[in-house]
Amino acid sequence: MTVSAPLWPAVLGRFGWQDLPFVRAWENPTISELIGAFAGALVVVGAVVVAALLTRYGKWRYLWTEWLTSLDHKKIGIMYIVVAFVMLSRALVEAVLMRMQQAVAIEHPGFLSPDHFGQLFSTHGSIMIFFMAMPFLTGMINYVLPFQLGARDMAFPWANSIALWLTIGAAGLMMASLVVGEFSTGGWSGYPPYTERAFSPGVGVDYWIWAVTLGSIGSTMAGINIACTVYKLRAPGMRFMRMQMFSWTSLCTSILMIFAMPPLTVATLLLALDRYLGFHFFTNDLGGNMMNYANMFWLFGHPEVYILILPAFGVYSEVVSTFSTKDLYGYTSLVIATMAIAVLSFTVWVHHFFTMGQSANVNAAFGIATMTIGVPTGVKIYDWIWTMFRGEVRFTVPMLYALAFMMTFVLGGFTGIILAMPPLDYLVHNTLFLVAHFHNMLIPGLLYGMLAGYHYWFPKAFGFRLDERWGRIAFGCWVVGFYLAFFPLYVLGASGMARRTQAIFEPSFRPWLYVACVGAFVLLAALTSLGIQLWVSIRDRASTRVEAGDPWDGRGLEWSVSAPPPEYNFAVLPLIDGRNPFYDHKHDEGQPDPYASPSSYEDIVVPRGSATSVVIGLAAAVAAFGLIWEIWGLAIVALQIVVAAVVLRSFGRDQHRTIPAAEVAREHEKWLARVRATPAIPRQLETAAVNRGLAEIVA
Amino acid sequence: MSEPELAHAGLNLGDTGELTKDQAENAIFGFWIFLMSDAVIFALLFATYGTMIASTVGGPTPASEFKLLPAFVETLLLLTSSATFGRATIAMKYDEPRRVLFGWLGATLGLGLVFLALEANDFATMFAHGAYPMRSGFLSSFFALVGLHGLHVAVACFWLVVMVGQICAYGLDARVRINLLRLGLFWHLLDIVWIAIFSVVYLQGNIG
Repeated sequence: MTVSAPLWPAVLGRFGWQDLPFVRAWENPTISELIGAFAGALVVVGAVVVAALLTRYGKWRYLWTEWLTSLDHKKIGIMYIVVAFVMLSRALVEAVLMRMQQAVAIEHPGFLSPDHFGQLFSTHGSIMIFFMAMPFLTGMINYVLPFQLGARDMAFPWANSIALWLTIGAAGLMMASLVVGEFSTGGWSGYPPYTERAFSPGVGVDYWIWAVTLGSIGSTMAGINIACTVYKLRAPGMRFMRMQMFSWTSLCTSILMIFAMPPLTVATLLLALDRYLGFHFFTNDLGGNMMNYANMFWLFGHPEVYILILPAFGVYSEVVSTFSTKDLYGYTSLVIATMAIAVLSFTVWVHHFFTMGQSANVNAAFGIATMTIGVPTGVKIYDWIWTMFRGEVRFTVPMLYALAFMMTFVLGGFTGIILAMPPLDYLVHNTLFLVAHFHNMLIPGLLYGMLAGYHYWFPKAFGFRLDERWGRIAFGCWVVGFYLAFFPLYVLGASGMARRTQAIFEPSFRPWLYVACVGAFVLLAALTSLGIQLWVSIRDRASTRVEAGDPWDGRGLEWSVSAPPPEYNFAVLPLIDGRNPFYDHKHDEGQPDPYASPSSYEDIVVPRGSATSVVIGLAAAVAAFGLIWEIWGLAIVALQIVVAAVVLRSFGRDQHRTIPAAEVAREHEKWLARVRATPAIPRQLETAAVNRGLAEIVA
Repeated sequence: MSEPELAHAGLNLGDTGELTKDQAENAIFGFWIFLMSDAVIFALLFATYGTMIASTVGGPTPASEFKLLPAFVETLLLLTSSATFGRATIAMKYDEPRRVLFGWLGATLGLGLVFLALEANDFATMFAHGAYPMRSGFLSSFFALVGLHGLHVAVACFWLVVMVGQICAYGLDARVRINLLRLGLFWHLLDIVWIAIFSVVYLQGNIG
């Protein structure tokens, strides 16, 4: 914890020189402080290099007008995913640091101070959940959902952009905590009373509170937008039971966001009232009750698990069906299972605090409710297996992730059953067993799913495929690294090693900790491979272009347009007459040709870009920064800017642009001509250079 | 093939064309969802209040602090303001003269402001008794719940002023109409929440 005298409190709030990691490293050059200074320097240097490159190549204007201020759901989706990858890199490096520390700190202090270690597990968890997983899935839904529904945009493009910018602002606060001050040591769940002022007086918890609050408000807005898009913007004839599975899981995820994010906002804001104004919600004295925090946090936190996992389930449904050349087995049961999971997710939150003293009956009820979730999840696994059964299964990268997911996720589910039994939970409570379990669920159940979706839809978004060989290398590293890094933790946890331990006093843990450390390095290699893959793919893009738009013989409507798609998604809104409209039209006799010229075109209205959403997101982050450092003037001015931007926008008119029918017709006919000139290729060659995005039709 | 007509079932916008109807349908539906998510926040604050009502730690109690008469007057003010807002919405729908619309909106704003003033007076009286939020868990949860409702009313009043500005600037174009409908939903929700506050906080504190 930093102890430093504030400089000019009227202007800089409680900031003192000691709050800069560089100053701390200079005065006290331990390895722990040097690592902190290096991380801070990386943020600063990274920001400067990006700014310098943008200036050097004169790309500021392009970035601002074409991307940052864009209200196009496709660009917003891509920006979300860029944020997710940046934050994934940081949080994965932090994980490697923690594994290294535990491997060397056996009967030895290691190289990280306890406080630094506490910050690492807090940022690792907070970032992975709020600034890696959430942006990744929100971005993927943003990109894919309107296509699958046959819509031209999300329901509220401007709110969509605000949600993105609140997320970016909050992620920026996470990065700022590396350079100015410190982060919370209270874990990603920030349990009081530890996170109250009395026990954590520094700025760390305040960084956590405001970053999480901005992120959760952004996620609530994103959820409202997604749900409204599904309910109101489906193309004519797109009945609910005709939607693709990814659209279904997006809908259920968004409903969870709408109802589960507010409890988090309430929990963090009440904690803020305690810290800033001396209220007594969660304090030890004067009537505070920290169990209220546990209830509210997990009333969010448990549905959150399904917010994270359901979109991945949707991706797997698409991927397994596409790469098995079969209709999804048990579509209706998958839909019902998705909804059942969404509902059940709200009935189990108490299993996060079985050991905190409620009665055995309460624990039993929540234990049973928890195990019930295994039923619909099992239904899903069987449905995917039956989809593959007698299918023409192709082992492409997304399919590999789906297969690794099915096996690994089932193993994780078994350990979940162990944790769902209160008597057994008492034994492994607060040990690495729990850490192993939730990584066992979230890495296959979120990360693999998002990576599968990334490989699957990348050609749609950018017009060329990702490199297959590096994709397989990355896949191998993720899977091997996962097993090496997390399966030892089951052993360690069952042997009683507590989670969040900075130094270990049991030498017999050594071999398992070494294996886990090696696993962490393999995971780092996996991330590096993804980076190399992206670079190689961009370099070789001339030979992997798929402008016809359908490289995998896809089913959903997203494959029926060019790659990358036009701004308005569909030149003519599709008419839906079945569950796999595009696939059936391609393959079935007597169906309309999906590549036929439409009889007429219409003008298309698209939203203009807006700078107000950027201003709102960033000003909210600045206000949060002011609150963190108690620079009250800054906070007040920034909040006024937020309000002013909202009011200003509400007075704006002429916020749309019309693309004339003639232009739509010209672009679309040009693409159709290119499709007709493209050779159709059989499935066996879909990863070869000849794949130009047009699938050969086998009756 | 005909799809069932699932139109927004609320007060429609009069004859403003198919496009406006579609826009209104999305915008109003989205706002309903937002209100549901806002209702979750209030539900949690009610639950917190319920668990902390006994945490008075020797300080002020519900019985010693809550006065039924001002709370009842505040209830009447808010209920009346819902009626006046409803009347304003009808004035919008039937394109009554602008001064009628402004009249009803002004009355609504006035009632909202008087409500806020009375509530501030309640709070000040409590503060004077030493019943401030830092005193106990009970008072923390009371001020968070009732204070958040008050904050919502204040935001709604500010929003109403902005809407008057928009009507002056653009007349009753489609966006202004949709925004007025949204503000109306917001205003009515705050009434419903207040009725819950009146029952759970003030009636329970005096009677239960």
